[in-house]
Formats: sequence, C-alpha cells, structure tokens
Amino acid sequence: MFGLDKKDFRLLLLVAVLVVLAPFLLNPFPEGSAMAQFNAGYPDLMQRFVIFGIFAIGFNILFGLTGYLSFGHAAFLGVGSYAAIWMMKLLTMNVIPAIFVSVIVAGIFSLAVGWISLRRSGIYFSILTLAFAQMSYSLAYSVLTPITGGETGLQPKVTDPRILDGTLANGATPKANLFGLEMGSSFEWSVGGWLFTFNAGYYVAAIVMLVAFYMSIRIFRSPFGMMLRAVKSNQQRLNYTGLNAKPYTLAAFVISGMYAGLAGGLMVAMDTQVGAERMFWTASGEVVLMSILGGVGTLIGPVLGAGAIKYMENILSKINKEILHQWFAFMPDGIEDILVSLVYPFIGKGWHLTLGIIFMLVVIFLPGGLVEGGQRVARLFKRKKPAEDGPDGKTTPAE
Amino acid sequence: MGILEVKNVGKRFGGLQALGDVNLSVAENTVHAIIGPNGAGKSTLLNCLVGKLIPDTGSVMFDGQSVLGRKPYEINQMGISRVFQTPEIFGELSVMENMMIPCFAKRDGAFTPNAFIDMFKDREIVERAEQMLEEMNMADARNDNAATMSRGNKRRLEIGMCLAQEPRLLLLDEPTAGMARADTNNTIDLLKQIKDERDITISIIEHDMHVVFSLAERITVLAQGTPLVEDTPDNIKGHPKVREAYLGETQDAA
Repeated sequence: MFGLDKKDFRLLLLVAVLVVLAPFLLNPFPEGSAMAQFNAGYPDLMQRFVIFGIFAIGFNILFGLTGYLSFGHAAFLGVGSYAAIWMMKLLTMNVIPAIFVSVIVAGIFSLAVGWISLRRSGIYFSILTLAFAQMSYSLAYSVLTPITGGETGLQPKVTDPRILDGTLANGATPKANLFGLEMGSSFEWSVGGWLFTFNAGYYVAAIVMLVAFYMSIRIFRSPFGMMLRAVKSNQQRLNYTGLNAKPYTLAAFVISGMYAGLAGGLMVAMDTQVGAERMFWTASGEVVLMSILGGVGTLIGPVLGAGAIKYMENILSKINKEILHQWFAFMPDGIEDILVSLVYPFIGKGWHLTLGIIFMLVVIFLPGGLVEGGQRVARLFKRKKPAEDGPDGKTTPAE
Repeated sequence: MGILEVKNVGKRFGGLQALGDVNLSVAENTVHAIIGPNGAGKSTLLNCLVGKLIPDTGSVMFDGQSVLGRKPYEINQMGISRVFQTPEIFGELSVMENMMIPCFAKRDGAFTPNAFIDMFKDREIVERAEQMLEEMNMADARNDNAATMSRGNKRRLEIGMCLAQEPRLLLLDEPTAGMARADTNNTIDLLKQIKDERDITISIIEHDMHVVFSLAERITVLAQGTPLVEDTPDNIKGHPKVREAYLGETQDAA
C-alpha cells in the first residue's frame, strides 16, 4: 500500500498508531501518584518528540545512507526557524506558509553549505559543516541582529505588519494557528485518576512527521537510496561504474537540510520564538547522538533515539534531591543518605552523565543502536517459539 | 587504428619518471596484455587511461575521442570499465543490488535522482541484473551480502558488474593477484568465455605468466616506463630483450 511493501507498510502503520495514541501511551501513571513525574504525555514534550524525530529522520538520510557525518545540521534547523518566524511577522500567523518557507530557505542554505563542504569527505567534511554552523551561530548572535534579534531572539509582536491577517482585536496577542485552529489549544480528558491531553499543535506536528517518515521509507527503498548506500559502501567502485557521487551526496545533504528546516519551522509553529542558541554546535551534536543511539541507517532508529534523548532531557532532569529522598525513605537513615548521594549525580542537571553512560553502553554492546537491541530481544522470543509449537510448528516468515 | 590509442604519454612523480614515452595501440576485439617487472609503470599507465591520473604529456584516445581531463565516471560512461587488483564491490549491499547499480548506471546515466519508485519494481533493471547473475553463475547468491563472498566470487561479481554495462573496453589490473590456483584457473576460463562470447576488447595487466599466455593475443612489455617490445605471445616468449628485462627470472612460469 502507498507503494510500500508489506513489511514497510506495517512499520508505518505501527508508527502512526503509536503517534496517534501517544497522549495515552506516554501518560501511564495517574495524576498525583509518585510515578506521575515519569509521565511524558504533556503537549510541550510530545511536540518535541515528533519534531526532533523529523530532524533525526532527515539527518539519517545523510548520515545513515551516505555515511557523511555532518556536525552542522542545527544551522539548518535555526535558519528554518528564523524563516518561519519572519513569515509569522510579515505574512500571517497561519503555520502553513511558515513551515513551507522554512523548508525552502533551509534547502537553499543547505545547497550552498553542501556545495562547499562536499568537496571533502570524512573528518574534513565534518569539520567544514561544523565551521559553517558555528559561523551561522555567531552571525545570528552579532552582525545579523537586525534579522535574528541577536541575543533576545525573535517573537511575533502585536505591531508586526502581518499583511494577510486582519488587525488583532484590542488586547489580543498573535497566536500560531492552522486556519483558526490554535496550535496551543488542547482538549483535556480526565478518566479516573488519569488526565490525557490532546493538543492541536502536537497532532499537526505528528501528521507532518508521519509524512516525513513515509517519504524517508520511499527514499530508502528507491534506486536513489541504493546509490546513497553505494556511496557509503565504496565510492571508488561507484566512480568506476559511471556514476557521479557528488550530485547524489549533495541531493542527500539538501534533503536532510530540508528536513532540519521543517523541524525548525514546526518548532516555531508550536512555540513562537527563536533564539540563536538553537544553532549552537551542541544542538548539531545532539542529532548525531539521536541517530547513533537509535540505530544509524535504520528507518525507525532515529525516531527512537530522538524520543529517548528528549525523554531523558525532560524527565530525568526534573528529578531533584527531595524526590530521591522520598524514593529511598524506606531505607534506614544512614543508608538513605548514601544512596541519595550515589544516585544524585545522575539526575537533575546531571542527566547528561546518564545519557553519556547509556550512549557508551549502546555503542560498545549494541553498535546497531536501540533497533539492534529490539531485534535481539525479538530473536530471543522467536527461538523459543518453535520449541513450544513442536516439530510440526509452522515456520514464521523471515522478517 | 585501434580502439585505444596511447601516444607519447609521460608521467613524472617528483624526481621519478614513472612513464617515459609510451605509445600503445590496442586493436578492437583483441586481448592485449601489458606486462613488465615491478615498477615498470603498468599501474600508472592504467590510471592514466581511466582518469585517475592525468599524464603530463601525450594523448589518450578512446574510439576517436580524447579521455584526458575527463573524470573516471565520464570515461566509464564512454565505454571503459575497470576491474581492480583487489575486487572493488559494494560490500554492505546484497549481490543483487551490486548487480543492479551498473544496470542503472548504463540505462540512466551518471546521475538520476530516482527517489519515488521501489528499485525492485523496476522490471527492466531487475531482469537485466538477474540475467547477468545467471551468466556469472551467481543466481543462488542473489540475496547474500557481497562482503561475505570468497575472493574468487567477489572477482566474478566485479567482472559481472563491469559486463552489465556492456563496455567496449574492459581493463583488468592483475585480476588474479593473490588468488589460489583453482580461483586463478576459474578466472582464466571466465575471461576466455567473455572473449569468445562478446564483442569486447580486453586489456590486461598481469604478473602471472600463466594467465598472460593463456589469454593474450598481443603483448606489450613495459620496462622503466617505456614499452620495450610489442608482439604476439609466441614471439615475446623467445625475445632476448624481454628475457633480459623480465622473463629471465621466471622462465619456468612461461
């Protein structure tokens, strides 16, 4: 269906179901219970899951397929964000033009950066992209202040022209919307002790993410995607097979830059502000971590990686000393203090330490990322099954 | 006039004159071997033919067109395919995908951003690649990872990939280097078969005299960057200059 084979269609369907049901799945604990702080089903975080999912899916088209490791993709995210906010300032608060223009502008910018950076490969390519991203960051912070707002960043103001929107009612503030549906509006559903939030902005971002994911599957399965994998596998053979590697890698670079711009545009659509720190090199590094953590070159891996990192960033970092004391309260006093001081470095502001440890464990023991972990678990179960079915058990089709 | 005309080609690396003044003419539909001791400039010459190196002087004409200044992929699209000393294939891809890539390159050219079809639904390409795998006796290995194959099979696949492009000139750089005797003989048989069944010119650089004298119709002997002599295999065998420069140590192999 949709030009996908059965296996890919099942994967797309699975992702679609998970994304639609996310407000339930991410809120498994009742409000007010001790575990409620592990709930991730609030709009802000759910939006970030899908937006960074898009960012990582796009990055994976470049890094996962061609093997070219860009350390500057946050620049495209930032450029997309600035483009989107200017659309909101000048044209309309409707998110459609903002998102559309963010993709176009990021695409043009990545074409220029890619054109130059792809003259080199390997570490030199990575350094070139990093240099471009840091230059963009510095420019946004300093000389480009009239366009970027410098340190303070940009926000839609009541006084902006917005030529397509009518004048705002007195006292009203400009809000991002999709033909009147405000991105910030939510429907809350309270069942028993549970509270589920269905946010308009999240579902808009989720639909965009599903389209982005679908397109990535199509690219992976196309002759174009195979050529990109061939670039990674053996560029020498590719050249001597009459294929020009440069336009293939450049196309992959621009596509992944457009994905980054799309993510940037969506960020603005959800939360109408931009700051230059969005382009800082750590933001570029984060998407690399997401891809590797989830599984480079796999379809679903980057989405999983993005989810895992954003979850830790937002949930682990919220745990503080008092909460730890509550957890270990059942222990005798002395041991409680020891346990709390042992765990404390890994939570709150120390969540990076936990991320670092997990990242190291994954790279060493699961080079294929979380996806490989999942495959290993699945294989364990499969091996057990035929034994239970007995000798006449039907063989399951290979996945 | 031959399909490949090399005239007065010279190439210098710093103080080393790798190629002096090479003249070579390869006639269409022949097997032409280039032999010579280590450091004779065989590989440098080959690299000048495929665009990896640009000679300092002279000209290289393929089928009446100059190849100088063209990139390797452009020269390949002109009809020259190259087989490497160590088999260069796409290790992470399946055997079938390996075979599909040259089929796409032949049909669609150097760059076609064909992102919206499933590659296995392209009947024309799939059929062509399957047919080539049949011809190479590799149909059973279709879904294997190319990196897991034996060296002999990798070589077979690489030659198959080159043939899938229907090149007019096939260049082989020591195709049996590092191979066991059985694999070497298989490769010789394969090349003989190719020569008999196709309208193709083969130019081969080789150390192994057994391979050279089993296949070649013309032999050029290169020594210190210049062609010493060019003749038929029978005449080369007995040529005193050649013995002196090269075969003196390996008479038994000849």
